[in-house]
Amino acid sequence: MGLFSRKHEPTPEERQRLEEAKSDPIHMRIRGIHKTYGDHHVLKGVGFDILRKQTNVVIGPSGSGKSVLMRQLIRLEKPDEGEILVDGTDFAKLDGMDLERVRRRMGMVFQASALFDSMSVFDNVAFPLVEHSTLSRKEIRERVMDRLEGLAIGHAAKKWPAELSGGMQRRVAVARATVLETDILIYDEPTTGLDPVTVRTVDELILETEEKLGVTSIVISHDMASVFRIADRITFLNFGEVVASAAPAQLLAELDPKTMDYVEASGVSEDILAARRK
Amino acid sequence: MTSDAQPATPAPAEKAPQEDPDRARSAAEEEEQTPSWAKEISEAIGVRLLSPLAELGMLSRMAWETLFWAVRPPYRLRLLIGSMEFIGVGSIFIVGLTGFFMGAVLGLQLVDGFRQFGAESQTGAVVGMAMSREIGPVFTALMVSSRAGSAITTELGSMRVSDQINALITMAVNPVQYLVVPRVLAGLLTVPLLTMLFNVVGMFGAYVVATGLLGIDPGVFLGRMQWLVDWKDVAQGLVKACIFGVVVTLIACRQGFFASGGAAGVGQATNRSVVHNAIAILALDYLITAIILGQGI
Repeated sequence: MGLFSRKHEPTPEERQRLEEAKSDPIHMRIRGIHKTYGDHHVLKGVGFDILRKQTNVVIGPSGSGKSVLMRQLIRLEKPDEGEILVDGTDFAKLDGMDLERVRRRMGMVFQASALFDSMSVFDNVAFPLVEHSTLSRKEIRERVMDRLEGLAIGHAAKKWPAELSGGMQRRVAVARATVLETDILIYDEPTTGLDPVTVRTVDELILETEEKLGVTSIVISHDMASVFRIADRITFLNFGEVVASAAPAQLLAELDPKTMDYVEASGVSEDILAARRK
Repeated sequence: MTSDAQPATPAPAEKAPQEDPDRARSAAEEEEQTPSWAKEISEAIGVRLLSPLAELGMLSRMAWETLFWAVRPPYRLRLLIGSMEFIGVGSIFIVGLTGFFMGAVLGLQLVDGFRQFGAESQTGAVVGMAMSREIGPVFTALMVSSRAGSAITTELGSMRVSDQINALITMAVNPVQYLVVPRVLAGLLTVPLLTMLFNVVGMFGAYVVATGLLGIDPGVFLGRMQWLVDWKDVAQGLVKACIFGVVVTLIACRQGFFASGGAAGVGQATNRSVVHNAIAILALDYLITAIILGQGI
């Protein structure tokens, strides 16, 4: 392909550096992120750590800045100030090919899945490989089918996204986001608009993906019940500031009464709260 | 109020010399408060006047990005062919149909008008000239804008509001290169071809009406056409068609690419796309003609 291709496989040096970084239990260090739209200061110095190969959940009420934070984490927008250190590289400052290189290690599962309507399930999942890998057609087919079957949706390969249920669409989105050997997976409100049974399925999917593929998960959510089922670490965001960032039990102990009211009002079962309090 | 109580609002004459700064401040406040409605109106007028410039700026930026990403690899030939198929092949029927009726009505009007001073033999010449220089490229661009341009805006707008464009970005694929470049290139390549089709079918429509229904001699019709129309006229039309092809697809992509506000926002973007395209085609037509003819500016 040479001149006519921008496909990229990590160099041996890059691979070695990534391998070395894997011993660090903190995958991303987010420091002092500020974001302002006009007069509206949305993120006011947000900072917390993302733990490697754990489920890191960012929660908070509507308007707390969760979605804006997500847009900075995947670099859909550039923060006004602050650092997003991914294995030591400041992702917030990168541009061009360097930005793309880090982005390829991150996957994103959008709220509404954002599958391409004009492509079949197979083509959706194959898309990142077609664009960025040097694999042959046969290898791409094998890897895509392997990923689809791993998520129990191999039978849907030839279907169109519109023919799938919400839960299946999320599975396809996960398959697409992880097909490029991703090591960070960001979920934006993955359970919004789903029925309780499908919410459980998506929760299991997040844990399953993390376990099988060894990815670091970042889940942006306001579904408290779901959050307490899956989280290893919870960061509570309110009015653009981090109120608390800790393991679920510790977080419940740290929260002030007003924020605790919010958690209790969000439908978290009394059993979970009681267990956490103990 | 007691007699020794201070008046709530002292008379201006009493305080004037001593309290100048306060007075100046209150005057400034008054100025700020009183004409708030006028300020709002002037702001609204300002926004109205500046918004076309802002739109032009946005369009120029997208044109530059399109050019930038068009020359950079990877070159996605399959997407280009798909877009050419959609914009070009998909528009053949509508362009042919409108071309035929446009030519037919032009033939009808010209024969009727020219008969009043015995010049109906010039019908073929005028039809040929008008078709190749003006009507062909302008009507073809309007048809492509209505059919393909609106569809492009709707498709890209839907992709925008359903996060599909953001999904492309998160997968490290430049959305301008992936979505806009093939469509604009397809417009550049197919609109001139469609214009030629419009010219041929339109001239045929005029020929059928003028010679078959209105009694003009076929030899005279074709002879006068060959005598007056030369390759420069056709080339003028093709230059316009190339420019219209780029502009129509670029405006359609720009409107869809930055659509917001859900389904209603996509609908409004599609509406703007068609209106902006019609204005751009007609305004550019005059400008290009004036430049080519070297007069009228």
